[in-house]
Amino acid sequence: MPTLPHILMCPPVHYGIEYEINPWMSTARQSNHKLACVQWESLRQILLDTGAQVSEVSPVAGLPDLVFTANAAIVFGQRAVLARFKHEQRQGEEPHFRSWLEEHGWQVDESPEDFSFEGAGDALFCGDTLYAGYRQRSDASGHQQIGEMLGVRVLPLELVDAYYYHLDTCFCPLSPEEAIYFPAAFDDYGQRVLAKSIPKLHAVEESEARSFACNAVVVGKTVVTNSGCPKLHALLRSFGYDPIETPLSEFVKAGGSAKCLTLRLDGEEAAGWKGQSGS
Amino acid sequence: MEDRLSIADSAERGPVEDVEVRGHIIDSLILPKVLDCITTGGGSFLIKNINIGQGRTDPSFALVEVRAETEDQLQEILAQIADHGAVPTAGSDCRVVEADIAGAFPEGFYSTTNQQSEIRLEGKWFSVADQEMDCGITVDPKTSAARCIAMSDVEVGMPIVVGHAGVRVFPLERAHQDHAFAFMNSAVSTEKPKGVVIRQIAQLLFENRQGKGKSLLVGGPAIVHTGSGNLICDLIRGGYIHKLFAGNALATHDIEQSLFGTSLGVNLNESSLADAGHEHHLRAINRIRRVGSIPAAVEQGVIQSGIMYECVKHDVDFILSGSIRDDGPLPDVITDAIENQRRMRASIRDVTFCLMIATTLHSIAVGNLLPASVKVVCVDINPSTVIKLNDRGSFQTVGLVTDVEPFLRALVEEVKRLEQTTH
Repeated sequence: MPTLPHILMCPPVHYGIEYEINPWMSTARQSNHKLACVQWESLRQILLDTGAQVSEVSPVAGLPDLVFTANAAIVFGQRAVLARFKHEQRQGEEPHFRSWLEEHGWQVDESPEDFSFEGAGDALFCGDTLYAGYRQRSDASGHQQIGEMLGVRVLPLELVDAYYYHLDTCFCPLSPEEAIYFPAAFDDYGQRVLAKSIPKLHAVEESEARSFACNAVVVGKTVVTNSGCPKLHALLRSFGYDPIETPLSEFVKAGGSAKCLTLRLDGEEAAGWKGQSGS
Repeated sequence: MEDRLSIADSAERGPVEDVEVRGHIIDSLILPKVLDCITTGGGSFLIKNINIGQGRTDPSFALVEVRAETEDQLQEILAQIADHGAVPTAGSDCRVVEADIAGAFPEGFYSTTNQQSEIRLEGKWFSVADQEMDCGITVDPKTSAARCIAMSDVEVGMPIVVGHAGVRVFPLERAHQDHAFAFMNSAVSTEKPKGVVIRQIAQLLFENRQGKGKSLLVGGPAIVHTGSGNLICDLIRGGYIHKLFAGNALATHDIEQSLFGTSLGVNLNESSLADAGHEHHLRAINRIRRVGSIPAAVEQGVIQSGIMYECVKHDVDFILSGSIRDDGPLPDVITDAIENQRRMRASIRDVTFCLMIATTLHSIAVGNLLPASVKVVCVDINPSTVIKLNDRGSFQTVGLVTDVEPFLRALVEEVKRLEQTTH
């Protein structure tokens, strides 16, 4: 029996711009907390409406980025490889994500020591391959070791633009054979690797990439993004997807959007291992 | 051809580090990217080992040697490729232990080869100076300067490298594929066209006269017995020989010839025995002992010709080593074997070409001291001399089995021909 799509989120009770660890963040440009809560709740409701189950990790004071649950870990069946955050400011999130995952039945593996690794923010399955962003937040060597741990093919992709500091800000698998991406966030090698390995690959324009078009949550055929991505939505519709936009401006101020606010616990739609026995 | 013969380039190598890259390095283009990074950073690479995963999920592995022109450039390249997952393989520094006894290494000491070596300290590689086989390595704790040290020269408290970790050796074969004698596949040449080899040797001597490297002659008394002394004199006068290592015999018979016209009592001009000729060499030695030294004898006009005379006149650094069968010996002969080794060791530091003629034990002794980067030509009527040299590790030696006199005559002719064509 297929399981319900299962998504982990964290209420933005303690969310705010308290430090600057990416070019989007400016402590001088605070998020509107009340609006942030409304936007988060809207996203949650859209996901519930798609039929997904949403679980919540408890917010913690002093960990404003805990809302970005995508970075907690990557999930591979009942295994979860825990994040090892690059920036000290976010390292305090690790034990909270670990506890939640362990309490809810996941076997939690540490990511390789000496390398930073920021979970599903930088590691996304598309088919049987784990696409892994490196240079900005995660390390190429760490990704390769995680690939060995899980026995999957890993293709590290260098992220060359600080505005697209996580892979999920510029690349989003839609199905095992299809993905959207923003080409300029990758170097020439990365673009070639994506073009060669993903049969249906669609480029997103810069103006929409800047609106976090690629930071989409995919549930079945529904694709949820920040508002301001009309061209992508038209494209998705033409391919048979059902795009939904929801304003997430207050989270964009911290460099995150729909995908960053979620962690797909039962495996992304595009993950080839999903539904296979033994995973 | 000119380039291949050059001696000056033999020691020129940039700093180097081995890195490994593993994972799906082919599909992800990580390996080509790393290699591109190396070359765009001004470095060069050599894939020493590669293992491509067979299945889709099987990781691949590549061991890549990265070379740059300067240490800074290398570090910059290494830092860049580390971001793509290429990490240095050398895990640890070398282990250094202070010598507890003078004249002996600590147990487990690293025993050297004659190949260029490096040691790793605090993550950096340092070249080992004075490379010599069958020595240990000592490290200056302040400067990290490392050098080979003979067992007999170990002092208490001297830091000595122990074990194999953190030491790496650069085999000559790969570093110098364009060895000057690459055309000769076998070390001992009995059936090779000698004219070609002699031309090559002449070329080396000629280039060394221009360059900063020095040419060393290790010679046996057969040079004098065969009447070839004057040919060596020609080479010394021409500035082709900068150092001479020999024994009591060569100097004695050379001086005997200078004083009496005989070598071992044989008239060299007529090939006949001189009256009471057997006494000549002893009288020669005695005369020099009375004067005090060979240079003094030259200065006072006692010796007016010959190899030793030319050595003194042309500032050739000569080291005469003693043996238990020596008559006399001449006052310049060093009779302490360890002291001899020290003197020769100090003298060979700037030698880049060595010609060994008609002496077995002396050739082996000098072969032991020379780093593998020094080109050695061994000329002997007996092939076993060269074989012995090779067997003892001086594998860079090229042997020529021939009579000494025709060899030297041809060599001098070739050198003169070179002089004429270049002037």
